[in-house]
Amino acid sequence: MANETKETIEEMIDNINVKKYIRPAEGNLGTKKLKKIKKKGLRSTLERVEKRSEDAARKAANYEILLVEEPGYLEAEGIEKTFNITQKKLKENLEDEVTSLKTFGAYSLDYTRNGRNMVIGGRKGHLATFDWQSNKKGCEIYVKEAVRDVKWLHNELFFAAAQKKYVFIYDQNGLEVHKLKNHIEGNAGWLKYQDTSTGKLVTELRTKLGQCDVMAQNPWNAIIHLGHTNVSLWSPNMSTPLVKMLTHRGPVKALAVDHTGTYMASAGLDGRLKLWDVRTYKCLQDYYTRTSVSSLSISQLGLLGVGWGPHVTVWKDAFKTKQKSPYMNHLQAGTQIQDINFCPYEDVLGIGHSDGISSILIPEANPFQTKKQRQESEVHSLLDKIQPEMITLDPTFVGKVDRASREMLAKERKEEEEGLKNGSKKQESHDNKPSTALDRFTNKNRKIY
Amino acid sequence: MSLKVLTRSASDYIRETPHDIHKIKRNLDPKIHPFEKAREYNRALNAVKLERMFAKPFVGALSGHSDGVYCMAKHPKKLTTFISGSGDGELRIWDLTERITTWKVAGHKSIIKGVCCSPVNNNLYFSCGTDKTIKIWNPEQSREEPLNTFIGKFAYSAIDHHRSNSIFATSGSQIDVWDENRSNPIKTFTFDSEMTNTVRFNQTEVNILGSCGTDREIVLYDLRMNSPLSKLVMKTNALAWNPMEAFIFVTANEDQNCYTFDMRKMDCALNVFKDHVSAVLDVDYSPTSEEIVTGAYDKTIRIFNARQGHSRDVYHTKRMQRIFCVKYSMDSKYILSGSDDGNVRLWKTNASEKIGPKDFRERAHLEYSDRLKERYKSLPEIKRISRHRNIPKEIKNAQYKKRIMLQSRKQKEENLRKHSKKGSVPYQAERKKSIIGIAK
Repeated sequence: MANETKETIEEMIDNINVKKYIRPAEGNLGTKKLKKIKKKGLRSTLERVEKRSEDAARKAANYEILLVEEPGYLEAEGIEKTFNITQKKLKENLEDEVTSLKTFGAYSLDYTRNGRNMVIGGRKGHLATFDWQSNKKGCEIYVKEAVRDVKWLHNELFFAAAQKKYVFIYDQNGLEVHKLKNHIEGNAGWLKYQDTSTGKLVTELRTKLGQCDVMAQNPWNAIIHLGHTNVSLWSPNMSTPLVKMLTHRGPVKALAVDHTGTYMASAGLDGRLKLWDVRTYKCLQDYYTRTSVSSLSISQLGLLGVGWGPHVTVWKDAFKTKQKSPYMNHLQAGTQIQDINFCPYEDVLGIGHSDGISSILIPEANPFQTKKQRQESEVHSLLDKIQPEMITLDPTFVGKVDRASREMLAKERKEEEEGLKNGSKKQESHDNKPSTALDRFTNKNRKIY
Repeated sequence: MSLKVLTRSASDYIRETPHDIHKIKRNLDPKIHPFEKAREYNRALNAVKLERMFAKPFVGALSGHSDGVYCMAKHPKKLTTFISGSGDGELRIWDLTERITTWKVAGHKSIIKGVCCSPVNNNLYFSCGTDKTIKIWNPEQSREEPLNTFIGKFAYSAIDHHRSNSIFATSGSQIDVWDENRSNPIKTFTFDSEMTNTVRFNQTEVNILGSCGTDREIVLYDLRMNSPLSKLVMKTNALAWNPMEAFIFVTANEDQNCYTFDMRKMDCALNVFKDHVSAVLDVDYSPTSEEIVTGAYDKTIRIFNARQGHSRDVYHTKRMQRIFCVKYSMDSKYILSGSDDGNVRLWKTNASEKIGPKDFRERAHLEYSDRLKERYKSLPEIKRISRHRNIPKEIKNAQYKKRIMLQSRKQKEENLRKHSKKGSVPYQAERKKSIIGIAK
């Protein structure tokens, strides 16, 4: 009897969790569809594949037991409201847990992929890195010119800083390693891709949209979102935007894309904060902001951080339903918020200078990794490095069946042959048309919204 | 107000002593692994590149024979032993681990055409030649003299031993079945043919015997019957029985192809193996019957998947001449080939496989990359790399010529079809084309 109940509970857990692990490309043929297939060989192969992917999903779901850490939360009791609880109050409750950094000025910041390290860049030329959890300083340099933005490269060994004229790459000790002369100030309207592992300039795209202040990368498919008066989506393989979205009636001031590649948040000078589904390019929610938003960030658990004036507000479940009140509020009196960033895998929101609360996931990247592990993972990530040609709107296109008609395929082949004969001529003439199968996949959703 | 903050203790992630293994935590949620498929494809691409880089199939040459090696037999019970016979009448037994000759004797006065080992008595070896003699050897008892010699009336072309009884069969002008202890054949099959090339016992259905003759025929016999079981007309050089499915055999043909047949239904081949550009001289099944290996007059060895029509790999070296015999080793990891140049060559079955023990992680990695290769095998880049082989110019040219020849033949037939009455020139199945006739 006891055994039976145990089994049913296990099954229930299974059913809830297994769904999450089934890849969308696989497992979408139901048993009904499978039975309709008349070719015996094909049917049995598909059934085998189906079963294997199901088994894998079940095993992955069972693995969840080993992941013991739980996300943090803040709950109000009685008539209390969560957005009224200040950071001061939080500190009283958990003195050791919440760390704080000193304020310096208008800073931009970035976290490493494993959430362990942080780099900050002050507008007036201050660059510093930290292991923020143990409050250890990595390096600190003064470059004596404006620093506009900072970004970690693949791990904590290198970071890049956009300075007054060029982009520079520094190593962990603050030594200048590279000066990227191609990425130059006064070259407005150019989107340039540089391969940081080989040092090659991949492409230079002329956006023809003028100066751009806002850029966000969709972590799911590595498409770059640029905010001008509209939002345009770019991949290194196309000289024109893949998608143009008419988001705001005015310049876009802040952009953020969530890590599953589903949602995008944008804010503009027209006083709106809009939330989008980037798969269908439809607006989900539309909020009014009192002053223009300076920075946006989406956490791994779907919290939306909004920096405006001296305020930072955090919204919970903002993408699903229209929220009436924010989840948390923070006022950094007497300052202007420059940049906010949720730290991956932690309950921390970095705000130009100070900290807040928010997100978690059990890390994929080990935040406690040793030197040896870091070296090994670096080699592995280099081996698995994907080529720029694979950056497309649908990152799962590899191995899918090309459903183009026979005439189209023949035409493509002919064009390719001609292109080989004519050499470089082809690139110029067919810039805007999908000329190969790869291009067709790339531009599948090439539309203007 | 209730508040909880994520706490992550370092002890969950960091090993306690430097001698422990590192603790690795994984979150398998697909949402935090972007570019899963692209990375997988990259891994498959790397794996297939590495496979081609490490593809060094040639293990070594076993030299010693001073004339061409025309017959070979593996020992059914001993993994590292096999025997070979050469054109000058010399017999050699080899040890594969040491790659040395353990026993040799000038056994016959002319070409040795057939050798075999006894599955019944581990130390007995049999040989026959064009000098009209059959000899039984036991290197343990006497190193120089044969145990027994049978003198026949005609030159022998092949010999094979019964799986469970102490009888063996020879072929020549007729098929003789001998008992090891009697001086005259216990049974004789004649089938109005001039000369028989090979004779092979079925190792599973032990009383069945297959032979192929010079006048384009494959004949099956049953030891319990007096007349042949069935006869198929096509020009064949060698024959091998499937070790797992007793009713299937493969033939090496003069028309540059190999064919598998079901012996119950001989009017249609089960499969056609194409790729050689010259007559196929020998064929052997792997012990698991998954693959077949062929040796041909075009100086190449090809390995086919038993269920596919084209070869998965081709082996050749500069100095290797026409190949007269090929054998799988009993663990199916190696291939042996005997050629005109007097060397026996040892090859790996999987060209890029690492020889020697592999530790658990290595094995897991190899299995993973094999799966990846399988999964992405049809993508153009991966297909191109995995199919790429360096082939001697002569074979390349021959392939080109063969293609043109077949094309023109096809065109001619098509033209004929166009200009004759509808239905009078029927299409012929590839599997039936080369079968000239069947007799019961």
